[in-house]
Amino acid sequence: MTHFLTRRLLIALLVAFTVSIVGFALLRLSGDLAAVLAGEDASAEDIARIARQYGLDRPFYVQYFDWLFNALRGDLGNSLFTHESVWEMITSRLGVTVTLAFASLFFGLLIAIPLGVLAAVRANTWVDRGSLFVAVMGQATPNFWLALILIYVFGVWWRGATVLGVRLAEIKIFGVQLSGLPISGGDSWLHFVMPVITLATFVMPAVMRITRTGMMEVLSSDYVRTARAKGLSPTKVLFKHSLRNAILPVVSLAAVQLGFLMSGSVIVESIFALNGVGYLAFQSIIRIDFPVVQSILVILACSYILLTLFADMINAKLDPRVRLE
Amino acid sequence: MTDVTHHMPEPKIVTSAELDTLAPSPRELMRRRARSHAGLIIGMTIIALFLIVAIFAGVLAPHDPYAQTLSNRLADPIWGPKGNWQHILGTDALGRDVLSRLMYGARLSLYISFTAAVIAAVIGVTLGVTGGYFGGKTDAFVVYIINVKLALPVFLVALSIAAITGGTVTVLILLLGFLTWDRYAIVTRSLTQQMRDQEFILSSLAAGASHLRIIFRDILPNLMNHIIIIVSLDMAVIILIEAALSFLGLGIRPPTPSWGLMVSEARAVMFFKPHLIMIPGIAIFILVMAINMAGDGIRDVTAPEGRG
Repeated sequence: MTHFLTRRLLIALLVAFTVSIVGFALLRLSGDLAAVLAGEDASAEDIARIARQYGLDRPFYVQYFDWLFNALRGDLGNSLFTHESVWEMITSRLGVTVTLAFASLFFGLLIAIPLGVLAAVRANTWVDRGSLFVAVMGQATPNFWLALILIYVFGVWWRGATVLGVRLAEIKIFGVQLSGLPISGGDSWLHFVMPVITLATFVMPAVMRITRTGMMEVLSSDYVRTARAKGLSPTKVLFKHSLRNAILPVVSLAAVQLGFLMSGSVIVESIFALNGVGYLAFQSIIRIDFPVVQSILVILACSYILLTLFADMINAKLDPRVRLE
Repeated sequence: MTDVTHHMPEPKIVTSAELDTLAPSPRELMRRRARSHAGLIIGMTIIALFLIVAIFAGVLAPHDPYAQTLSNRLADPIWGPKGNWQHILGTDALGRDVLSRLMYGARLSLYISFTAAVIAAVIGVTLGVTGGYFGGKTDAFVVYIINVKLALPVFLVALSIAAITGGTVTVLILLLGFLTWDRYAIVTRSLTQQMRDQEFILSSLAAGASHLRIIFRDILPNLMNHIIIIVSLDMAVIILIEAALSFLGLGIRPPTPSWGLMVSEARAVMFFKPHLIMIPGIAIFILVMAINMAGDGIRDVTAPEGRG
């Protein structure tokens, strides 16, 4: 186990280091940052002045190591536009994004895992086909579009609509009036409802499919047949013997999805005006505020690496075969 | 097969047509599975329709997608109170015909997603097969590159580079091609690993074939079905990413007709003209769904063991 752990940790560190170089390089080498910052009508002197001011005239590796050593000391530099510390800009907004990502993952799993299990147990029936259809639909829905539809439905249509004589605006779910759902910005948990629906729809399909595949495999295995033959109750076979093994790939996928959700939050936060890291990333990208952009990029990459490392450790704990590989 | 001959009363000459009914070839079995696979047929039909519209947009589109008629802005679609056959899906905020823009948008979406998916396939398959075939240190290096790629936040990187370079179609194609090759590499690597020690490869080696020849003659043909499946899934992903980039204003630039851009342009009027965001969104939805259905279908038909 220790051998497995140190090996994984070393690889993770190496990957993190490489990703930080790649992320840094992509921003520097895809265009002349100083020229973009200076604008279209800038003279050559202006561009040179800006390059000097931001240290962009130095060789690439000097810029990188300068940034890296400062970053390791916890100094990510300052924003070119607000002059605030990048570290503070990011950490003050991290809560919103992390809440959004975890809530979306949670609700995505809450729907997808039972649906996947059900599809596997009732394989090749209308239940199976129905849940596959839901997955295909979820996969095909552009999340920026879903977000706008939600805003339209709850913001406009719902207020005036009646179904069978009941005014929809008066319907309450868990004491919350749906028509009262805020469609943008704010701190209360209500502001997270629509963003979470949007992102959970994005999480669901892949999780559902992988749960179904895993369950199908496990259900047709010898040990499950033995467990059934012993006369164990179907529920016990399903939950104690099958799900535990089928859930392994879901753990890895969930970690990957969490990483995607951080990226997906760029769109959702921008549409719903949630002041999180995603929205900050979007604003900074538009303003070519590269100290902020490169820091967010590297932080997201590192959090992805940490998450997959964590998932590997959970898998190693659940399944000895992983450890011995 | 032995059963069948056993029950035959006496040996007789069988025609090739009869042989087919006795023992269907794998290809025939595949064809039968394809014909009875509803998802594959529906998906393929929809893709074919979109392709026809995309290829013949110049002929089929009722209007010039760029032509603005400021006196006829936000015209109702045919089902609206003032709808007419002149503009079946109405006009947008600049008086441009929505149907024509939608048709040219199909061309753009399919063109970008297909070329980018091919670039991704070339990169991913090269890496995957190299790692899977040679193993050892080469493989470790390939796995390492895949891990680095997986850790890169694709959407953020795409947004940043599109912002710095200015999103032209070529930039977007290269960008999306270079950002989505991981699935090809992962799948072809493990398939090549499984194939490497099989007899047909070993016999080629024993016969003195070079590694390159084995890869091109023995391995790649066997990977083709899987690669086609991933191309389809990848195209679906790319269409969604391109639409999102354009929606955020960093992908395709106006006035080019792109579906994501059409949704974005309709945002300002979405509360009183909701059909303007619905129409391009539904187009993306249907095309992506059809591609996924076709991809799932091809997998069920060619490699049923990989269903998931």
